[in-house]
Amino acid sequence: MTAPTSNGSLISDLPVLTRKDFVSDQEVRWCPGCGDYSILAQMQKMLPSLKIPRENLVFISGIGCSSRFPYYVESYGFHSIHGRALTIASGLKSARPELTVFVVTGDGDGLSIGGNHLLHAMRRNVDLNVILFNNRIYGLTKGQFSPTSEFGKVTKSSPYGTTEQPLNPIRIALAAGATFVARSIDRDTKHLEETLYQAAQHKGISFVEVYQNCNIFNDGAFAAFAEKEVRQDRMLYLEHGKPLRFGKNMEHGIRLNGFTPEVVLNAESDDGLLIHDIYNPTPALANILVGMDYPEFPVPAGIFRSVTAPTFDELLQKQVDDAVAKGAGKFEDVLYSGETWTVS
Amino acid sequence: MTTETPVLPERLVEELDRVTIRFAGDSGDGMQLTGTQFTKTTAVFGNDLATLPDYPAEIRAPTGSLPGVSGFQLSFASSDIRTPGDAPDVLVAMNPAAVKTNVNDLRPGGLLIVDEDEFNSGNLKKAAYASNPLEDGSLAKWQVIKVRITRQNEMALEGLPLNTAQKFKSRNFYALGLILWLYGRSMDTTVKWAQERFGRMPDQLEANLRALRAGYNFGDTTELFRVRYDVPPADVPPGDYRHISGNEATALGFLAASVQSGLPLFYASYPITPASDVLHELSKLRNFGVKTMQAEDEIAAIGAAIGAAYGGHLGLTGTSGPGLALKSEALNLAVMTELPLVVIDVQRAGPSTGMPTKTEQSDLLQAMFGRNGDSPVAIVAPATPTECFTMAVEAFRIALKHMVPVIYLSDGYLGNGSEPWRIPKLADLPKVAYHYAAQDADFSPYRRDAETLARPWAVPGQKGLEHRIGGLEKSGATGDISYDPENHHKMTLARAEKVARIVNDIPLLEVLGPETGDLLVLSWGGTYGATTTAAERARRAGKSVASAHLRYLNPFPANLETVLRSYKRVLIPELNNGQLSLLIRGKFMVDAVGLNKISGQPFKIAEVEGKIDEMLGLTGPYHLQFGPAATLGGG
Ligand code: SF4
Repeated sequence: MTAPTSNGSLISDLPVLTRKDFVSDQEVRWCPGCGDYSILAQMQKMLPSLKIPRENLVFISGIGCSSRFPYYVESYGFHSIHGRALTIASGLKSARPELTVFVVTGDGDGLSIGGNHLLHAMRRNVDLNVILFNNRIYGLTKGQFSPTSEFGKVTKSSPYGTTEQPLNPIRIALAAGATFVARSIDRDTKHLEETLYQAAQHKGISFVEVYQNCNIFNDGAFAAFAEKEVRQDRMLYLEHGKPLRFGKNMEHGIRLNGFTPEVVLNAESDDGLLIHDIYNPTPALANILVGMDYPEFPVPAGIFRSVTAPTFDELLQKQVDDAVAKGAGKFEDVLYSGETWTVS
Repeated sequence: MTTETPVLPERLVEELDRVTIRFAGDSGDGMQLTGTQFTKTTAVFGNDLATLPDYPAEIRAPTGSLPGVSGFQLSFASSDIRTPGDAPDVLVAMNPAAVKTNVNDLRPGGLLIVDEDEFNSGNLKKAAYASNPLEDGSLAKWQVIKVRITRQNEMALEGLPLNTAQKFKSRNFYALGLILWLYGRSMDTTVKWAQERFGRMPDQLEANLRALRAGYNFGDTTELFRVRYDVPPADVPPGDYRHISGNEATALGFLAASVQSGLPLFYASYPITPASDVLHELSKLRNFGVKTMQAEDEIAAIGAAIGAAYGGHLGLTGTSGPGLALKSEALNLAVMTELPLVVIDVQRAGPSTGMPTKTEQSDLLQAMFGRNGDSPVAIVAPATPTECFTMAVEAFRIALKHMVPVIYLSDGYLGNGSEPWRIPKLADLPKVAYHYAAQDADFSPYRRDAETLARPWAVPGQKGLEHRIGGLEKSGATGDISYDPENHHKMTLARAEKVARIVNDIPLLEVLGPETGDLLVLSWGGTYGATTTAAERARRAGKSVASAHLRYLNPFPANLETVLRSYKRVLIPELNNGQLSLLIRGKFMVDAVGLNKISGQPFKIAEVEGKIDEMLGLTGPYHLQFGPAATLGGG
């Protein structure tokens, strides 16, 4: 057998797959009621629509509740070590650009122990799909605060309340130059499935933060704005090219006052409302939106930014292809490089 | 090509078998360049040689200061040599600080060539000299040759549109020219190199060539030298030769593994002294399909290499000691997932940041045990700069066949040192075989090969082999996560046994000298030259001493125990505080004695000889002697 390379020598014909084809034989071991179930289900529902052979799909994770994910998807899977999934995924994708690689991480795995790798994978624009399950708590280790836990949160490791400010994952992604940045929520299955699909379609790094409820250690972390009954009033669904509106009847809007967003209650006309633009080359608008949070604002969900840029893996492959096109290396030439002499 | 070498003048020519020269100067003086160019010329001439560059710790220590001294030592001979020499015969010192830090290594009666112009009060003060050593008689032990290098160089460069500082930079070419003359060497190699290197800077080129010739001609016309020396070419096996450093040979060896296996090479690394040259070399090789990635940190580097190995390519990462420490957890993931990863460790003086530019062999135990759990990996170690090539091929041959991570232990001395290399014939290189998993219906990720216990390498893209691996313990039967007590017990034993069985796949330990006798000198890694030569000299003096050198540290060669038990005593010289000794004593209950040097410098042959004599009862207790800081201990 030949070595797998980007020419796709191992890629077989496109099959027609269904959700069931992506369900592995492993017993799912999350706590009953955990938001992870929904994310897994939406992923499995979405995957057939990518129309890629199952064997070319790889799920890589680190450590944490979310990182059990690869066991449950029938594809190639690598459950690695804490925080390092992105490093393994970056190496795999760079060596084998023809594969479709998902990275499943969490707020601890991705933003704490693995924070450095997240920054660098995003700035390099490796063509990976990164799904960060944000439950604002350490679940697997039974309930310590995480880097996204709110200030003052009382947990097992912070009985007096935390004394540190949380990170906003979307803000980090934008700052690191991620080319696709989105947010969704476990409870909104349709939106989640669509967001995962858009992320997978994007060429370059896709970063999706999913608000995920940990019903054991941080139940209701997002309930105030994410429950079905209040969602329309308290969340802002971003749609490209449309004015920013929310409310049961989309009656409210968002406009800018200088650089500061403000809510326009019962905005009758779209005039003056912000128009969402995910393709804008500058992340200025996205950076304004990322600062909006409940209760002052509705919480934005959807795609913040989607721009095209050359990917790390394709640039690397191109360097190889260009160099080979100019003349494939002859090993003998390298052996004989520099000054040589003959002893007879 | 017209030759640049003028006709030999009428002068006494003394023939020598071996000469050791050290060039020393401020780190801005270009001593590494001078040394390298002289080395190349001498290699092309046909001498056997070995080199030892010695960089100062600080990148920009103040000019003229003691910590700023940079040195380059080479030994060349008309016979086979294995080390860059114990004590230099010639020291070229470009300033007082270079004299201060190096002269005590010069053999008594040796030639000390200094740039007299640099011995001004400012430089003397920086070198902490109370009086000028050129005048106070403190250098009487040596033949001091005072040359006004700075002034003469300036005169040779007169009329060139360069300022004084720029002209000063050509002094090293002047010194080089002088030494080329002294040993009757041609200027051709350097002229050719300079034309390529400075082709786009015509003034610089002209300056350097003028300086080179001026130095050469000065030697010819001056009365300062009574004799010039000739070291005839060495009698070496026929073939095509080139000059190569250990780090270059390492890079080429891993390329060879790619060529010989047909698998693309993926190298991820984070810059670290003294391993960065491997990254530099491999980064040039895109036309061989080599992909390199400068990772954000050591952990990312090994992670990316694991990703490539998981993807069915040659996953390689490289670092030095502190980096290996950072990589431990990920390396253990490769142990657990049984992937064919290779990790280069170009060892340096530790612990912690230690002395980055100085050599040591102190990562052996880290390589063996530096991970949580029972975590065996294979370990190989090249013995010489050129052997860095063959052992790199070996590393992947073992990794791929046995599905196991392999640590490749080079060191700063090997990596930066260089020697002539008989270029291997492609046909002579070993094949490096690999097997992806068979696409069978009954595939299971931990179904082991009956002979090697290797698990199948199922790579993404292989239809029907979708499976999950990871750091959690897996059932040997199904590959699913397993906390079953017996399974973990068995999997731990299987991982150990898999590494142990590599013993069937590596050569026996070779012994030089008598099969039984009074003393065995057992060494490993970069100390080969000094230990082997010391044992050889002992035998020549009629002593019952054998030597054996380990290139495989885990597992050990099958006959090691027999060899150890064939001698009354065992000496293990190591550049650490007794790491191989601990393994040998622990594994074989052999009362081995260590010669342990932890100074950042390689062994001198004489040091090993001293310990041999002590162990044979010929002398009293042997004690290492240490020179002042910033010296190069050859050996
Ligand atoms: S601990 Fe929380 S996040 Fe983890 S599985 Fe249980 S509910 Fe889900």
